[in-house]
Amino acid sequence: MRPLRALAIAAVGLLALTAASPPAPVAADLLLAETPAQTLDAYGLFLDAGARRPTAGVVPYDLNTPLFSDYAEKFRYVFVPTGKTVRYAAEGVLDFPVGATLIKTFAYPADFRRPNEKIRFVETRLLIRKTDGWVAQTYVWNAEQTKATLKRAGARMDVSFIDAHGEAQTVDYAVPNTNQCKECHSSDNRLAPIGPKARNLNREFDYKSGDYFGDNRDGEDKANQIVRWTRLGLLEGAPARAVIPATARWDDPKEPVEARARAYLDANCAHCHNPRGMASNSGLFLNLEEQRANHLGIGKNPVAAGRGAGGLAVSIRPGDPDASILAYRMASKEPGVMMPELGRSVIHREGVELVRAYIAGMKR
Amino acid sequence: MRKLFVAVSLWAIAGAANAAVIRVAPDGDAQEKVQTALLDAKPGDVVELAAGKFVFTDGLSLDIDNVTVRGAGPDKTILSFAGQKGAGEGLLITSDKVTVRDLAVEDSKGDGLKAKGVDQISFLNVRVEWTGGPKESNGAYGVYPVSSTNVLVDRAVVRGASDAGIYVGQSKNIIVKNSTAEFNVAGIEIENCWNADVFDNLATRNAGGILVFDMPSLPQKDGHSVRVFRNKVVNNDVANFAPQGNIVASVPTGTGVMVMANRNVHVFDNEIDENQTAAVMLVAFQKEYDDADYNPLPREVVVRDNKIGRNGFAPKFPGGAELAQAVGGVIPPILWDGVTSYAKGAQKVSIPANMRLTDGPVLNLNLAAPAAMDTAKPGVEPTIQAGGAIAEPAAVILPAEQAKLAL
Repeated sequence: MRPLRALAIAAVGLLALTAASPPAPVAADLLLAETPAQTLDAYGLFLDAGARRPTAGVVPYDLNTPLFSDYAEKFRYVFVPTGKTVRYAAEGVLDFPVGATLIKTFAYPADFRRPNEKIRFVETRLLIRKTDGWVAQTYVWNAEQTKATLKRAGARMDVSFIDAHGEAQTVDYAVPNTNQCKECHSSDNRLAPIGPKARNLNREFDYKSGDYFGDNRDGEDKANQIVRWTRLGLLEGAPARAVIPATARWDDPKEPVEARARAYLDANCAHCHNPRGMASNSGLFLNLEEQRANHLGIGKNPVAAGRGAGGLAVSIRPGDPDASILAYRMASKEPGVMMPELGRSVIHREGVELVRAYIAGMKR
Repeated sequence: MRKLFVAVSLWAIAGAANAAVIRVAPDGDAQEKVQTALLDAKPGDVVELAAGKFVFTDGLSLDIDNVTVRGAGPDKTILSFAGQKGAGEGLLITSDKVTVRDLAVEDSKGDGLKAKGVDQISFLNVRVEWTGGPKESNGAYGVYPVSSTNVLVDRAVVRGASDAGIYVGQSKNIIVKNSTAEFNVAGIEIENCWNADVFDNLATRNAGGILVFDMPSLPQKDGHSVRVFRNKVVNNDVANFAPQGNIVASVPTGTGVMVMANRNVHVFDNEIDENQTAAVMLVAFQKEYDDADYNPLPREVVVRDNKIGRNGFAPKFPGGAELAQAVGGVIPPILWDGVTSYAKGAQKVSIPANMRLTDGPVLNLNLAAPAAMDTAKPGVEPTIQAGGAIAEPAAVILPAEQAKLAL
């Protein structure tokens, strides 16, 4: 009873504050400045120092199948400057205008069995669309959760939590350095977003849900994200919903295993493993568009895998996950063997199981 | 817009005039300090790493054009990745006109020095070493430029790579010279490259000395125009320690120079001695592949004027001892699988042999198809000179600015 009351009082206080002075808008000019701000709050993307409540115009979103990052929860938002719009693209990443900013906070609940409680923010990454391309910055949260500070050279920190099975876990969380951002977010050696493609955004979002630190000030609860973005005037050119492609959700058991696994590989591997990515020289292309069996890894010999091949001859041996380099490298956490190379220090058990099931289900 | 352009131009001029030296000492948090220097450098700058041992927990990366990363010498400035927890390589370079020189990279978990998708990359007077000696658990490549143009490797020393010491892949216009590769699976490997000169190097105590390979199903294939000359390829006697599954795992211990697939490859004026399997081996790509554009045969190969010593005395491939026995006790200086036809999709393509192998005798296995050992009709010929003239590619010329860096 008592904590609830305290919360209510705090909320009333905040309301009073916002009523007294309207919130400052997002500092759009600062987002585009040559020198990044030293702390996240300077951009005005959030109303509070803890970045739990987005400023008006900063819209939360989610993806059908996201990248696995050591079990971190991700809170995503998009900001588009007043008077500008995102242009729809059926394939690839949507066309964002200059000044558009993608915001992603990596966070861990203390106990994954109660995912909406005691959430600790680790870092907040920004991808800002500048005149000559995208720029990446990351801000690391302090222990008090009151301030996020620019970190360019990367960092490592231990993060502890209770996992969904009730087991205590500690991950050696790695904040990427600015160049490492580009290693994943790279297309033709230029920085680019990965997630916000029409097919990955084409899903419902619960704008009322408090656990997302969301924003339903216009009173809309659940909506398809592309429909809502269009209605808000953020997005133009989207066709009728029926013709917008949708990526399978990797963890939706109602979807076919192959579609889920391909979606998972697309989100977790294809940012490097595509013909224009960092791993183009491997010839292993795991993007959803790829249809050639050999480039998808079936019967494909390793090229530069070294000991990462684990003594196995091919990326995928149909019907035999134990003989497939793909499954071997996903199930490793040893640098030089593990895939992806960046962004994880623990094994994604559920992801490995899915990809193993995909390989096991292929005709020998 | 115009104002912006002027501002950028002025900045560029100022940048060139005021090229800065960013000095970093090995004390304190080396990871943070060196990586920050690599992020802060402006085009034209030098990041200077002082003598001493830098200890890293993660890989480093550089993404700014026209930066030099310089140490105090390959035995003085040591970048140690023995405690590396993440990332695939020691130092990754993704920007153009970068020079890395006078330093050592030790014990990286993956590759040592890697450059991907860049123009004018130079590795000079560097050492990449896995200090525990040859081990399967060592990283794959020591010096590793890939998908790049204008590559210069000069005075590099690489030891212990579980794949290739110096590996240039899918690149164009390449010089590898004055370098030493020892205790690697492959000393120097040129794979899927166009126009490479490999000369004045020492490849010793590897499983295979110098390899020129072409692989299917890669973005750049049709490897061609490679000259391997004036190298010392001697005593390659380390048991092949490559992890299975990798193509180099199939290189027999004691191979001097090996050409697999590729066209227009010239091997001349080398000293090739004390390699127990063969001095020079020419073979087709032997695995299955699914690539209709790929030609798995070595063709237009010239092997001439090499100083060939005692090789082929204990061949380390299946059936090698029996084969040697059948041809007089040792494998002759040049071993060619003799394949002249291959499968292109569903059809069979035959190409007449076009070879100038004058450092014979040549052992021709006359295989009917790649890897079809059961069809072998071994024959020894003094030389093989088949087909028309094979023009030698012109010497590789690097952009003037980069060429000046070479000895």
